[in-house]
Amino acid sequence: MEPFVSLNGVVAPIDQVNVDTDMIIPAVYLKSIERTGFGPHLFDRYRYLEDGSENPDFVLNQDAYRSAQILVSGPNFGCGSSREHAPWALEDYGIRCVIAPSFADIFYNNCFKNGLLPLTLPEESVRRIMDKVQANPGVQFTVDLEAQQVRDADEDIVVDFQVDDFRRYCLLNGLDDIGLTLQHEDAIAAYEARRG
Amino acid sequence: MAAKTMFEKIWDAHVVHEEPGQPALIYVDLHLVHEVTSPQAFDGLRLAGRPVRRPDLTVATVDHNTPTWELTRPIVDEIAKAQLDALERNAAEFNLPHFYDRFSENQGIVHVIGPELGYTLPGKTVVCGDSHTSTHGALGCFAVGIGTSEVEHVLATQTLRQFKPRTMEVRVDGPLPNGVSAKDVILGIIGKIGVNGGTGHVIEYTGEAIRGLSMDGRMTVCNMSIEGGARAGMIAPDDTTFEYVRTRPYAPKGAELEALIEQWRTLPTDAGAAYDNTVVIPAAELAPFVTWGTKPDMVAAITDRVPDPNSFASAHEREAAERALEYMGLEPSQPIQDIKIDRVFLGACTNARIDDLRAAASVIRGRQVSSDVYAMVVPGSARVKADAEAEGLDKVFKDAGFDWRVAGCSMCLGMNPDILDPGQRCASTSNRNFEGRQGKGGRTHLVSPEMAAAAAIAGHFVDVRDF
Ligand code: SF4
Repeated sequence: MEPFVSLNGVVAPIDQVNVDTDMIIPAVYLKSIERTGFGPHLFDRYRYLEDGSENPDFVLNQDAYRSAQILVSGPNFGCGSSREHAPWALEDYGIRCVIAPSFADIFYNNCFKNGLLPLTLPEESVRRIMDKVQANPGVQFTVDLEAQQVRDADEDIVVDFQVDDFRRYCLLNGLDDIGLTLQHEDAIAAYEARRG
Repeated sequence: MAAKTMFEKIWDAHVVHEEPGQPALIYVDLHLVHEVTSPQAFDGLRLAGRPVRRPDLTVATVDHNTPTWELTRPIVDEIAKAQLDALERNAAEFNLPHFYDRFSENQGIVHVIGPELGYTLPGKTVVCGDSHTSTHGALGCFAVGIGTSEVEHVLATQTLRQFKPRTMEVRVDGPLPNGVSAKDVILGIIGKIGVNGGTGHVIEYTGEAIRGLSMDGRMTVCNMSIEGGARAGMIAPDDTTFEYVRTRPYAPKGAELEALIEQWRTLPTDAGAAYDNTVVIPAAELAPFVTWGTKPDMVAAITDRVPDPNSFASAHEREAAERALEYMGLEPSQPIQDIKIDRVFLGACTNARIDDLRAAASVIRGRQVSSDVYAMVVPGSARVKADAEAEGLDKVFKDAGFDWRVAGCSMCLGMNPDILDPGQRCASTSNRNFEGRQGKGGRTHLVSPEMAAAAAIAGHFVDVRDF
């Protein structure tokens, strides 16, 4: 897993509540047995028109946002399915961080397993970031996981945040969970012996 | 000893290791696997040269991708077939003894077969790479949906890293009014708490209305816990649960089972144990419900009208309602009963068990599906299908004009050949009405099996209580 330390990138606004996993990637694209290649289908139903051409109204099809690495959105982002294809599609597109006032549990967890930071900020901070990026398409923000701070270049918006220590540590170091757990092999074996 | 909730008892009994500030390591008693969220996990094991730690605790089947046409007809979608083949290969390579392919008598939607076959039992921890794993909590276990990285983690270690969720009691007081089903109970609950009302929590459903439900009905309620944002849902085991388990083919039997039942009697929440949160709903307030929007909390009683977006207090809710009405092709204040439908889908892990099929059959017996509607029944498992056929339910459905299919997820999620065309409107017994869930541009209204059956006959939504 690629470590996440600090990221400086364009922020794209998805100004909606309850962005669900079927919106992020529809089920019809979940048939691949690979972990990669989902990026072209990210937000598929909104990104493309009937004939398969780009929908010019969709935010990621506008030149200022095309290279976005950060999304900002409304509460309960990622609700719905457990499909890890949702973070895979975001990551494959190039998104490394989603900023929202709240996230659905499974999606939130899945992000950390894929080097993606789901960043929960207070509603008013999210609103300020949303307003700023909508008024200044292409503006960049820095998400600094080491210092636990989000800021824009002119430091007009500076927000401190907190990510729990364990998840932060794993993300900063790009650590794979399984390796960590297997350090507790003795405890697992003892549990199995006790439970029969 | 301090009073504990049922969730806390199960959690405490499964902690393998914990350290302050870190997620606990929880032992997994049952891991259910399906074709869509597992191939990348098995690949991960192969790359790292790791075995499946407990093949004996792993149960795998195919459901999401499989066509629901007759088994003699081949699968035409090459990519889907590759995914089905991958699970078969992985089951063989990693020596999984409980693998059920398309042709097995035990095949079915993973959340239907777990309880049905007797793998899901009270007090267990159950995981699956699928958000509706919450279904299994109906038996009084802690069942939680996980992502593919976690599937790999469980395959390799038989444990899961979890921060301890908070607990929430949802109590439904009083008996259920006539004509109100388990599906209406959970739609009513989600309508009340909202799609993120349960975030970070495990919900325990309590109260007279819940106690009175059959196991199939309890599974319907727990199934949709995730639609209220909860990590899991659960219902205390009681005699209804034990009678159900007694007839399951792979459940323990005889003295072993009786000893387990004695243990399970200690699982329910102790008197005086505290939940982090309690919501009380009088059963008398529940009615047959229909969703009008694109999130499961957008519900209205059948006698009600589509809401006017201007009636919502917050700007976010107003915008979401406007957007939903536009997508759904509905007008503000339109009576729900005037909404005409094109399709009926009776199926999915929410409502494709035998009780659901019986309930729907009792509504349509001797009647005909409207000529404007195409209706299908997709049993939740091969066994549900066989049981229904033994009772002659297939004949009731076919005589009424329903298409009778083989088991699978079918039109619940639009990843197999069963999908809506753009603009088509469906009365569906599934659990998600998200935009495009049943096919691009498809419009989904979530309802109970009885309401879906009545709508199939009438061609529009009707109140099953006067039908
Ligand atoms: S029936 Fe629907 S909700 Fe249930 S497991 Fe299948 S796709 Fe998921």
